[in-house]
Amino acid sequence: MNSREAVLANIRRSLGVRGDEAPRNLEVDTRLMQAPAGVAPKRGQGDASARLAIFKEEAERAQASIAEVASWTDAPAEVARFLRENNCPATLRMGADARLHAMPWSATSLEILHGASDGRDLNAVSAAFAGIAETGTLALVSGADNPTTLNFLSDNHIVVLSRDAILADYESAFAKLRGAYGKGGAPRTLNFITGPSRSADIEQTLLLGAHGPRRLHIVIVG
Amino acid sequence: MTLIATTAKFKDNVHEALTDARLQGALGHARNFITRRAASAERLPEFEALRDSARAIKDHALAHLDLYLEAYERKVRESGGEVHYAQDADEARAIILDLCKSMGAKTVTKGKSMISEEIGLNQALEAAGIDAVETDLGEYIIQLRGETPSHIIALAIHVTKEDVEREFRKAHRDLPPDRSLAEPEQLLGEARAVLRAKFLAADVGITGANFLIAETGTSIIVTNEGNGDLTQILPRAHIVIASIEKVTPTLEDAAQLLRVLSRSATGQDASVYATLSTGPRRPDDPDGPSAYHVVILDNGRSSMLGGEFEDMLRCIRCGACMNHCPVYQAVGGHAYGWVYPGPMGAVLTPSLIGVAEGGQLPNASTLCGRCEEVCPVRIPLPKMMRHWREREFERRLSPAPLRYGLGFWAFFASRPALYRLSTDLAARAMHLIGRGKGRFSWAPFAGGWTRYRDLAAPQGATFQSQWRGRSGAVR
Amino acid sequence: MNATAASSGAMRKSQPRVGLFVTCLVDIIRPSVGFAAVKLLEDAGCKVIVPSQTCCGQPAYNAGDRATAKALARQAIDAFEDCDYVVAPSGSCGGMLAKHYPGLFAGEPELAIRAERFAEKSYELVSFLVDVLGVEKVAARYDGTVAYHDSCAGLRELGVKAQPRRLLAGVEGLTLVELNEAETCCGFGGLFAAKYGELSNAIVSRKADDIRGAKANTVLAGDLGCLMNIAGKLQREGSAVVARHVAEVLAGMADGPAIGESQKEPRQ
Repeated sequence: MNSREAVLANIRRSLGVRGDEAPRNLEVDTRLMQAPAGVAPKRGQGDASARLAIFKEEAERAQASIAEVASWTDAPAEVARFLRENNCPATLRMGADARLHAMPWSATSLEILHGASDGRDLNAVSAAFAGIAETGTLALVSGADNPTTLNFLSDNHIVVLSRDAILADYESAFAKLRGAYGKGGAPRTLNFITGPSRSADIEQTLLLGAHGPRRLHIVIVG
Repeated sequence: MTLIATTAKFKDNVHEALTDARLQGALGHARNFITRRAASAERLPEFEALRDSARAIKDHALAHLDLYLEAYERKVRESGGEVHYAQDADEARAIILDLCKSMGAKTVTKGKSMISEEIGLNQALEAAGIDAVETDLGEYIIQLRGETPSHIIALAIHVTKEDVEREFRKAHRDLPPDRSLAEPEQLLGEARAVLRAKFLAADVGITGANFLIAETGTSIIVTNEGNGDLTQILPRAHIVIASIEKVTPTLEDAAQLLRVLSRSATGQDASVYATLSTGPRRPDDPDGPSAYHVVILDNGRSSMLGGEFEDMLRCIRCGACMNHCPVYQAVGGHAYGWVYPGPMGAVLTPSLIGVAEGGQLPNASTLCGRCEEVCPVRIPLPKMMRHWREREFERRLSPAPLRYGLGFWAFFASRPALYRLSTDLAARAMHLIGRGKGRFSWAPFAGGWTRYRDLAAPQGATFQSQWRGRSGAVR
Repeated sequence: MNATAASSGAMRKSQPRVGLFVTCLVDIIRPSVGFAAVKLLEDAGCKVIVPSQTCCGQPAYNAGDRATAKALARQAIDAFEDCDYVVAPSGSCGGMLAKHYPGLFAGEPELAIRAERFAEKSYELVSFLVDVLGVEKVAARYDGTVAYHDSCAGLRELGVKAQPRRLLAGVEGLTLVELNEAETCCGFGGLFAAKYGELSNAIVSRKADDIRGAKANTVLAGDLGCLMNIAGKLQREGSAVVARHVAEVLAGMADGPAIGESQKEPRQ
C-alpha cells in the first residue's frame, strides 16, 4: 500500500466509511457542481455608483491611492502625473494587454518596457480583471497580458480598472472567473490585492513596501 | 529530526518567560490584535453568520475529506501539477528533498508555513547542503536568531528592533557599519534589499497553503508582504506543503473562510495578498514556475477524524485564540515548547506528539473560555482540553498528589453528613488559627498559592452548620 | 436554555421554592455570602431551602475525573429534587449545574433526562434575581468606588454581565467604574492557581494592576474563588482595595470584614 492509499484508508477508517457510498459521493459531487454561495456581506452590494463609492473607500483604507479618469485614453496622463508627483523615474513596464497598448503613451514622456519583470523595474502598470467593492480589492490574472511578476516586483504598481468591472463581492468575481476559464477552471495565478505590501513584524510597527510594491495606485476608468 | 518538544518542561519554560523582561515588554504588542479583531467584527454585521458558515463548511469538508482529497488531486493533475502524499514528517522531508535534489536546487526560498516547522524542513535542507531562506520578515528574523516562531501569525512578536538590528549586522555581510538601522523602516528596507536578491536567485520556492480548493485544484496563500508570491512565481519549481485538513470544497467556500480568517487574525477586512495558484505556468505565461508540486501531510491528523478531537481539524490558523488567552499573554509562544502555541497548540500538540509528551499544555489553562468565544470556526477548545485531562486521568498520567487530593476530596464530598461535620470542624479550626489577620501568608499543601498571595481564613462555622442552627427560624 | 424572562416584577409562581446551592467555598470560607444570597432571594419573594449538600463536582470534572463528577452530580440532583429552582452564588458552580451536568450522563437516558431537568432549573444568583424574578432594584447602600470583575464561567457560560451592573447602579452611594479588562480571567481556574502558581500569579498581577488603575477601592464579583485570588494578591501587595462578593453589597450586608480581613482591621 503506498502512502496515498494508506492516508485515504486511514481517513476512511476513522470516519467509518468505505469511500464508495453513493450518498456521500453524491453530496460531494453536488457541492462541487453547485458551489453554493454562503453569506455575502451587504457592504459591497448596490448599483454601480454605490459599488464605486465603497470600492474607493475600502481601497483607501488599505492605503491604496485612487484616481478617476473619464476614458482609457486619459489614463496615461494620470499615470505620468502620479509618477512625477511621487518623484519616480519616468519608466513603466507593462504586459501585452491590448487595452493598455491602445492607450496614447507617446503623449507622455514615459519610457515603456514590455513583458515580464526581471526585478529591476521600479514602476509597472497592469489592467485588472475585476475590482471587488466589499474590501476595495483588485483581482488580477496571470498571462502575457498582465504578467504576475509586475504585481510584486515593482516599487510602484499602477492598476487600471474599468468602472464597470467593479463587482460587489468575491462571489461575483468567481462567477466572472468561471465565465472566462470555465467551470472548474482557473488561471495559473489569480491575485486578490488590497493595498500596497506591508509588514508589522518589527515591533508591530506598520510599514509599507515589505517585499511587494510600496505604492499601489488605482486608476478607475469610465 | 523534527523540532524537539520541550512541552514537558512547561513550568520551567513559564519561569524563564516570566523572568525575561524583554519578552514581557514585547508581549504587550500581541494585545493590539484583540482591539483590532473586535473593531473589524463590529464593522461587519454578517460576522457571526460567517462564523457559523465557516464552521459548517469545515465540518462538511472533514466529514467527506477522503472524497475531497481525491477530487482535489484530480484537478491538480489536470492542470499539470503533481500531488504527493506523506504519512509522516520523515516522509514529507524525504519527498521534498528528493524533489529539490532532482532539480539540482542550491537555494530554496520559503513562504511562511507552520507545517514546515512541524516537520523540521529547514534543518533537513541545510543538512543536504541546500540554502533555505525564510522570506516572511518575521520568519527571516527568527531564522537568523536560530529560533522557532512564538506565534503563528506574528512569528517574531517576541523580538525587539534592537534584536533585529543585531542580527542583520551579523548576517548581512555587505551592510556598511555606519548605516543607520535604528528605525523599523530602515530595518525593513535592508531586509527588502537582501531578500530581493534571494528571491531572484532561488531554484525552488516552498510555501504552505491556507486552503486547497478541490473544485479547481488550487492552493491559496494569504500574506501581507507579498513574500509568498515572490517565493512561488520566481523559481523554476513551486512546492506546496500542506496538511490534509486544508482541503476545502469550492471557491465560494474559500471566500467564506477568508472573510473570517483575516478579521480574526489581525483585524484586517482582507489581507493585502490572497493568491490562488493552479498548476505550473501555462503556454502563454511569461512568468511562473515550470513545475508545481503539492505535498499533502497526514502526521496523525487522519486519526483525529471521527474522534473526540475532530473539531480541532477545523482550525484555520488565525491565531485569535492565543491573542486572547491569559496564559499566552503572560508567557508567549516559546513556553509551549513546540510548534503550535496557545489554546490551539494545547489541544493539537498531544494529538501530534502524544499525551505523555504534550499533556502539560491542556492542563495549563483556567478554562476561561475566551478562546472558544473568538474562534472563527467555533472550536470548543476548553472542552477538548478537558478531554485530554480525562485521558490523562484514566491512564494515571496526572501527578500523584493531584489524584490523591481529588480522591480525598471525593471521599468526603460523597458522604454529606461526614462532609458537613468535617468541613465545619476544619473551618472553625482554621478560623481560630487565622483570626488575627483573617488570612494566611502560608498554608500546608497550598504552596503554589501562598508563595504569591495571601489565603483568606474561614469565617468560623460553615454555612450549613449555621443554617441548621437556625432551622425552623423563619426570617 | 435557562433564560426564561419574567414579565416585569411578576414571578412565574407565587413563592417559588428555591434551593440554595451554597457552594463549597461559600460554605467553608465565607458563609456570610450564603446569608446574603438568602436575604436577596427572600426579599424577592422566594421560599429558600437548603438541602444537605456537598460539592457540585467541578474540581473533579475539570481534573478529568468524570466518575467522581458523575457521582457528585447524581447526589446534587437527588438533594434538590423538590425545588422549583436551584440557585448558586457562583457562575462557576452555576455553570457546572446548568451547562455541564446533562453531558455527564450522555448515553444514560433516564439520568440524562433528570440531569436535563435539573440543569433547566439551575441558575447563578444575580442573573436569577434579574432575569427570572424581575428584580430591578435593591434597597442597599454602599459608600465606595466599585470595580466589577466578570468571572469567566458566569460570563461565557451563563451570560452574566449586565445584571450585576444593573443592580449595582441602583445601590445608593456606590460609584461603579469599569476595568479596562473586566472580562479577562483573573487566573484562579480552581486547581490551576495552586498547580501553576507562578503562571496564575502573573495573570492575577495583571488583574490587580487593572483594579488599581481604575482607582477603585472595592472589587466585586460573583464568584468567591476569583475574589479570594484577587483579594489575596491585593493584600500581598499591600493594597488597601477590599474584595467582597456582589451578593453582600446587594443585600446590604457589607459591614463585616471583607475577604481575607479580620474583625480587628479597620473597615475600608
